[in-house]
Amino acid sequence: MDSIDVKQKKIHKEYQDLANSISPKSNIIGNCIRAFLVGGTICTFGQLITNIAKNYYDMNTEEASTITSISLIFISALLTGMGIYEKIGKRAGAGSVVPITGFANSIVSPAMEHKREGYVMGVGAKMFSIAGPVLVYGISASVVVGLVNYFFIR
Amino acid sequence: MAQNRLGGQTISFIQNLPRITSRASIVGKKEGEGPLAQYFDKILEDDLWGEKSWEKAERRMFIEAAQLIMKKAKKEPADINYLFGGDLLDQIISAAYAARSLGIPFYGLYGACSTMTESISLGAVMVDGGYADHVLCLTSSHFCTAERQFRFPLEMGTQRPPTAQWTVTGAGGVLLSSSGEGPCITHVTTGKVIDFGIKDANNMGAAMAPAAADTIRAHFEDTGRGPEDYDLIVTGDLAKYGRELTIHLLKKEGYDIESRFIDCGCEIFSEEQDIHAGASGCGCSAVVLAGYLLKQMEDGQFNRILMASTGALHSTVSSQQGDSIPGIAHAIAIEKKG
Repeated sequence: MDSIDVKQKKIHKEYQDLANSISPKSNIIGNCIRAFLVGGTICTFGQLITNIAKNYYDMNTEEASTITSISLIFISALLTGMGIYEKIGKRAGAGSVVPITGFANSIVSPAMEHKREGYVMGVGAKMFSIAGPVLVYGISASVVVGLVNYFFIR
Repeated sequence: MAQNRLGGQTISFIQNLPRITSRASIVGKKEGEGPLAQYFDKILEDDLWGEKSWEKAERRMFIEAAQLIMKKAKKEPADINYLFGGDLLDQIISAAYAARSLGIPFYGLYGACSTMTESISLGAVMVDGGYADHVLCLTSSHFCTAERQFRFPLEMGTQRPPTAQWTVTGAGGVLLSSSGEGPCITHVTTGKVIDFGIKDANNMGAAMAPAAADTIRAHFEDTGRGPEDYDLIVTGDLAKYGRELTIHLLKKEGYDIESRFIDCGCEIFSEEQDIHAGASGCGCSAVVLAGYLLKQMEDGQFNRILMASTGALHSTVSSQQGDSIPGIAHAIAIEKKG
């Protein structure tokens, strides 16, 4: 039996190599450049909001960054609802996923999709199906950092 | 003694050759903008088709395709002995709810995207065995319902890799009858579940190609036929790279099918439609068979074709648990006879 298994494994390995060689890879350099440009544009726009808040509305840094986050999340949610954000994401990849706008998109899109299953078990339960892991590990990590800070650094 | 068996996986029909006496196909908007648009009976204006959800729209496509097939054959639901069908959704709800409306004795099948030829295989056995005069075989899929079940929400801004495939929105099927006019089902080769260890759910063509190659090889061995005996060899939804892999695997077995081999997933959309590797879904081989291929046979372009719909038998759970993707393919031989 063992020899058959080894032979089978070899065939599988050969096939996987063949499949890899035939299937094209994503264009990593092109994707990186687009991600850089789009991500950079989103962040520059965020900085613009921060500067306006600080210079024209007399806010301190903390208030200005809160306003920036709120504005970016609102715009992203609106564009998601209008079906525009997915079109940006298709080309921009990580450029529109990594900024806070991508986070908003990952919450609004399942919420829209599952509305037909009702507001409790649909929207309520499925809203965080994609962003949930980010929240779990983001909050967990912040607790660890907080504890380290409290016991060792303070 | 099973007299109608040939070799390990094939049966041939002798008594009451099942004939395809009627056919219909309904497709979505994007499919209706593709190169095969003229062959489809009905094209939806949008994905919802006036329904409250995509699932309901898919169900309605299934029902209306069934009604269209019966109307063309001048049959009522009471004349149909069995409905064989399925779709991609959990618990095959499109087919089951459609069967609720149609009121025809129903066998629900799940063979992922191989369900079309799976349905025809079983329906043909019913007709040939003398258990039925008219059997409806029908499958459907919908881009939006499949996408949300297997992948991400539609509005989510994600990038699709070049090997990704686009699920066809469409429902198609045929009526198999013991008498009447139309091409016959002469052979059925039932596929084995084959898994060569591909894990990438964005490369289904590569996962299913070994199954397609294995079933086509088994068909040739069992029947003593070769590629040259067919005007056309068709697979369901291997798409561009799966098709290449199948050609390669069969070459190793000594069969050169390249010159007469098409894949439904490569035919239904054009390059400009930005669908990446090609199409997929139960509806893919269903509408290409019911719309395009059978019309070509009617017009005398092909006299004998071998069709193998291909399915990937994984789920989101098996993928998340790290399992590879098993594939299956069922082949049917369709032939024009006087």
